[in-house]
Amino acid sequence: MKRALPWVVPVVILLAWQAASQFGVLRDQIMPAPTAVAEAFWRVLRSGELLRDIEISTWRAFAGFAVGGGIGFALGMLNGLSGLSEKLTDSTLQMVRNIPHLALIPLVILWFGIGEEAKLFLVALGVFFPIYVNTLHGVRSVDRQLLEMARAYGMSERAIFWRVVFPGALPSIFVGLRYGLGIMWLTLIVAETISASSGIGFMAMNAREFMMVDVVVVSILIYALLGKLADSIARLLERTCLAWNPVYADV
Amino acid sequence: MNVSLADPVRESELRVSTDGSSVSLRGITKSFGVQEVLHGIDLDIPAGQFVAIVGRSGCGKSTLLRLVAGLDKPTSGTVEIDGRATGWRDTVRLMFQEPRLLPWQRVAANVEVGLSHRKSGDDRRRLAIETLAQVGLDDRAKEWPSVLSGGQKQRVALARALVSHPRILAFDEPLGALDALTRIEMQSLIEQVWQDKGFTAIVVTHDVTEAVTLADRVLLLDAGRVAMDVTVDLPRPRRHGDPEAAAIEGRILDRLLGR
Ligand SMILES: Nc1ncnc2c1ncn2[C@@H]1O[C@H](COP(=O)(O)OP(=O)(O)OP(=O)(O)O)[C@@H](O)[C@H]1O
Ligand SMILES: [Mg+2]
Repeated sequence: MKRALPWVVPVVILLAWQAASQFGVLRDQIMPAPTAVAEAFWRVLRSGELLRDIEISTWRAFAGFAVGGGIGFALGMLNGLSGLSEKLTDSTLQMVRNIPHLALIPLVILWFGIGEEAKLFLVALGVFFPIYVNTLHGVRSVDRQLLEMARAYGMSERAIFWRVVFPGALPSIFVGLRYGLGIMWLTLIVAETISASSGIGFMAMNAREFMMVDVVVVSILIYALLGKLADSIARLLERTCLAWNPVYADV
Repeated sequence: MNVSLADPVRESELRVSTDGSSVSLRGITKSFGVQEVLHGIDLDIPAGQFVAIVGRSGCGKSTLLRLVAGLDKPTSGTVEIDGRATGWRDTVRLMFQEPRLLPWQRVAANVEVGLSHRKSGDDRRRLAIETLAQVGLDDRAKEWPSVLSGGQKQRVALARALVSHPRILAFDEPLGALDALTRIEMQSLIEQVWQDKGFTAIVVTHDVTEAVTLADRVLLLDAGRVAMDVTVDLPRPRRHGDPEAAAIEGRILDRLLGR
């Protein structure tokens, strides 16, 4: 009974939506009925179009994430560990951070055209900052007392990194990771909607041209689903890696 | 908590370097910026002695201990362990007021941290478990530190300090954060392992009773100098509230309070 409780509201909404469509309150051109959306889903799934588009979108998302997140992580670590490197780069990065990365779209199109590079670049740029900022914060907030203990017990610099600094920064890195995943999908949606010849965003824009509202709704739901999936995986990873932390232990 | 005594085979195996080292400080001064915290300390601690250092907050107790542990360098003067001025870092272990366990490592792995300085490592886990047994926590080896009580965490920290058979064990108010009962338990555990292993013990404490209960010798540090050096020649184990101990305590307290 308790487990069913969170599902009550969504089911009621779904039923109300279906009823509104059936009694003509909601016109099909505005919002097709849930059953029509389900049919559209089945249609694009069977044609193979959906899986192809999911694949290309997911690839773009994670390739961009890997590049931006990787650089953000490396720079965050470097600046957290080396005062020189931090002095050299941090204030510049903090300034650049104030430019919303989506504002660069016109420039990016000029640079890369509408090819894959443009989308990868935008995603990477969007993901870079949350990962960078949180990694840096994580490294900085590692308990000084633990570092002192590690030195006093003769740990090598390498061991100190892997056994003290990295695990100490990990909770903060996960915050950046989950935030970055959100930005990753958001950026991709925008980029694919503006210019693409494949992917879920393209599917949506293409369907719009042919007034296939049901397919548009399907694409929106797929985006939501992918976002949720990525977040769930990140949460699972977080719970496994941070099992030592009583905050995550009970879950 | 007497596990090691109950198991003679295991105990003899662990008695690798039972003896302590002597400490000798000559003309030690230590400054932070313009502020000189220690002004010329000369001190000899014979091998195996149990020394307590008391003094007002901020008088330089931790600073002195960190010099002996090799965590800091004196501004001038020399620290010699067994007559050597260098190369003794790993023979000294320091226990802090906080347990300072790595929260992301299991209890046994935390004890293994005490063997970090060693090159070879196949028997680390075995040594860790054996040392945990000495502090009565071998059954908690696989737990996360966060589930342990404050006293248990401090016992794990003690095991971590003991696992490498240090010749000198320095404690910086190790029991300050514990409740009265756990404190007394920890005191007798520390006394027991000290008698068992024979290392030189240096305990910083703000509790004069604790100092007199545990130590062969109590040093009172005042304004960066050794202001009082009291020998406590009473049989062990000492009971709380012993009148002779109380008399010594009174003398030290009078001096501390400037009466
Ligand atoms: N790293 C440091 N930098 C600057 N000043 C320091 C540093 N460490 C200690 N001091 C100063 O040296 C003095 C002695 O400090 P210390 O920590 O040795 O005192 P303590 O006797 O251990 O005090 P408590 O009983 O409160 O722990 C204090 O005035 C402190 O401010
Ligand atoms: Mg202190």
